[in-house]
Amino acid sequence: MSAPTTVDPAPAAARPSVRRTAKEPRHTTPARFDTALGWSDRPGLGMALRILLCLLALAVFAAPFLTIISGAFDENARGSVLSFYPHHATLTNMRVAGDRGIWDYFTNSLVIAGGGLLLQLTVSVLAAYALARHRFRGQALVMTLFMLTMMLPEEVIAIPLSLVLGDVPVVGIDLKGTAFGVILPVGAWGFSVMLLAEFMREIPTEIEEAARIDGVGEFRMLWQIVLPLCKPALGVAGVLGFIMIWDQYLLPLIAAKDPTDYTVTVALSVLRNDPEIGSGVVLAGSVIALVPSLVVYLLLQRSLVSGIAAGATKG
Amino acid sequence: MTATLTPAGVPKSPVPKSEAPKSRRRGGYRRAALPWLFLAPGLLLALVFKFVPMGKGLWLSLFEVRPFLGDKWVGLDNYTRVLTDHRFLDAINNTLILGIGQAAGAILVGFVLALLLEGQTRSLKFLRTAVFLPVVTATAVVGEMWRLLYYPTSDGFLNSVLGVVGLGPVPFLDNPDTALWSVMAMGVWIGAPYNMVIILAGLAGVDRTLYEAAAMDGVSLWQRLRHVTLPAIRPALAIVVTLAVIRSLRVFTEVYVLTGGGPAGSTEVWMTRAYTLGFTRNDIGGASAASALLLAVTLLLTVTVYRLRTRGEARR
Repeated sequence: MSAPTTVDPAPAAARPSVRRTAKEPRHTTPARFDTALGWSDRPGLGMALRILLCLLALAVFAAPFLTIISGAFDENARGSVLSFYPHHATLTNMRVAGDRGIWDYFTNSLVIAGGGLLLQLTVSVLAAYALARHRFRGQALVMTLFMLTMMLPEEVIAIPLSLVLGDVPVVGIDLKGTAFGVILPVGAWGFSVMLLAEFMREIPTEIEEAARIDGVGEFRMLWQIVLPLCKPALGVAGVLGFIMIWDQYLLPLIAAKDPTDYTVTVALSVLRNDPEIGSGVVLAGSVIALVPSLVVYLLLQRSLVSGIAAGATKG
Repeated sequence: MTATLTPAGVPKSPVPKSEAPKSRRRGGYRRAALPWLFLAPGLLLALVFKFVPMGKGLWLSLFEVRPFLGDKWVGLDNYTRVLTDHRFLDAINNTLILGIGQAAGAILVGFVLALLLEGQTRSLKFLRTAVFLPVVTATAVVGEMWRLLYYPTSDGFLNSVLGVVGLGPVPFLDNPDTALWSVMAMGVWIGAPYNMVIILAGLAGVDRTLYEAAAMDGVSLWQRLRHVTLPAIRPALAIVVTLAVIRSLRVFTEVYVLTGGGPAGSTEVWMTRAYTLGFTRNDIGGASAASALLLAVTLLLTVTVYRLRTRGEARR
């Protein structure tokens, strides 16, 4: 919830006082002291039980994904015949979903996710740099404000936000029906600001000092010196930001003027409510909506998990 | 002047003031404004899209909002109206049942998963990757998935699994008696792996020598869990509880996608009710009041838990 303190590749970043030192040779302690339940690594009854339970967990948490993927490619997929492999493999579902404009929705999603993430990262890097590398009046207040954006449940401001999107204060532009209606609101995300600021504080300042004496300007300093050192944290902020934007539901719903503005996740309900098409097509749409988050997750999984753990373990 | 430049936590630059280039002196104002220049985009976006809507929401909750006639001041009428509306009270009730059940279930299952999947071998890493999938998948996709898993006839996916162990077809989302529990189960399914990751990070921080010492003292597995593991991962658990409770109160997407609040309002929750009020019935004032109440409860809970936590940590 509160400020993520370390971006450590090992989720073991919990509390230094009780952390097992990395130097300690692992094999001196028997494996049964390595886990809370003392699982043994030798074949036996305990091992068999663990494998059984693991298979159960795998079935509960991963098997549903197999069933929807198989359903998406099954010719007569109905809710009632979900299975782990398509009985009559076909691409018809995908084609029908395409006819219903799924790729347009998908493009909306990509534009929003790409633009939103770019804006979010830019905004966060700039703000984090100011918070981590400068001292100024009102710093604590700014920190609190960013924390608030993190804690403020998005759903709670949905109704007034939809009014604001229809008529942005001062400038009076109607953002509804444009990608900016979603991109701008996701731009300021306290979590990513805090994460990057914490990371920047850990970077030694010597290089910057030297550069500053050489007369390097602030923007060049950030771009050429600080940013390259922040790559690990940028990875974490990027993957979490993407997942967060892709998961948005209420925001694209209220920012849309008509259904053609929907993102692919919101559009699934359009497919579902279309009486002429079956579950197979809805599943095809779901798979299309699933693939980008899956790709991002599998590529940057380490960053994601360490980000969640780091963001959470330190109160 | 140089002081504003000095990066936090670092001794002042060794460069004596007199040697500083002249341009730095001239730019005194610019230097002071610099951090604000960097902060401007973030603060501006937060202001326009977070704080203005929040303020506007609180403001509108005191009015009867009439699009073409101008808003009419009604004081706290919206609040009393919302709080005496039995459909809204039912929704709060459902939110509490769903929230508590979902949070407790996700924590319990997350803890069990963490205990089961703790370890460094490759197969365990693979398992953790697979189990974590529900968290990264967009909620709307998960919802569509579960709608089909919950197919109410006896040959539906979950019903056919239940059929193997001899349980009759369950109507799941189609019946007011089972719908809320079905939504809850999906919530647990999404939340548990997330909690697992946080608890695993906590478990990794437990001192291994304590386990050895416990073994030497001949304590049982249960005692070891209770007196060694649990105290060590208490901070991680505290975070998990806070996050889970807050997440549960504001639940919207899960319900909206799975049931839309039905059947017969049996899964209507705080936010779906506010959404219906605001967007379907055009009662912006009432919806704003409902949202303001949720905001107040969330803030109260966050502050309370934060207080409890800092006090608990100070005690130790």
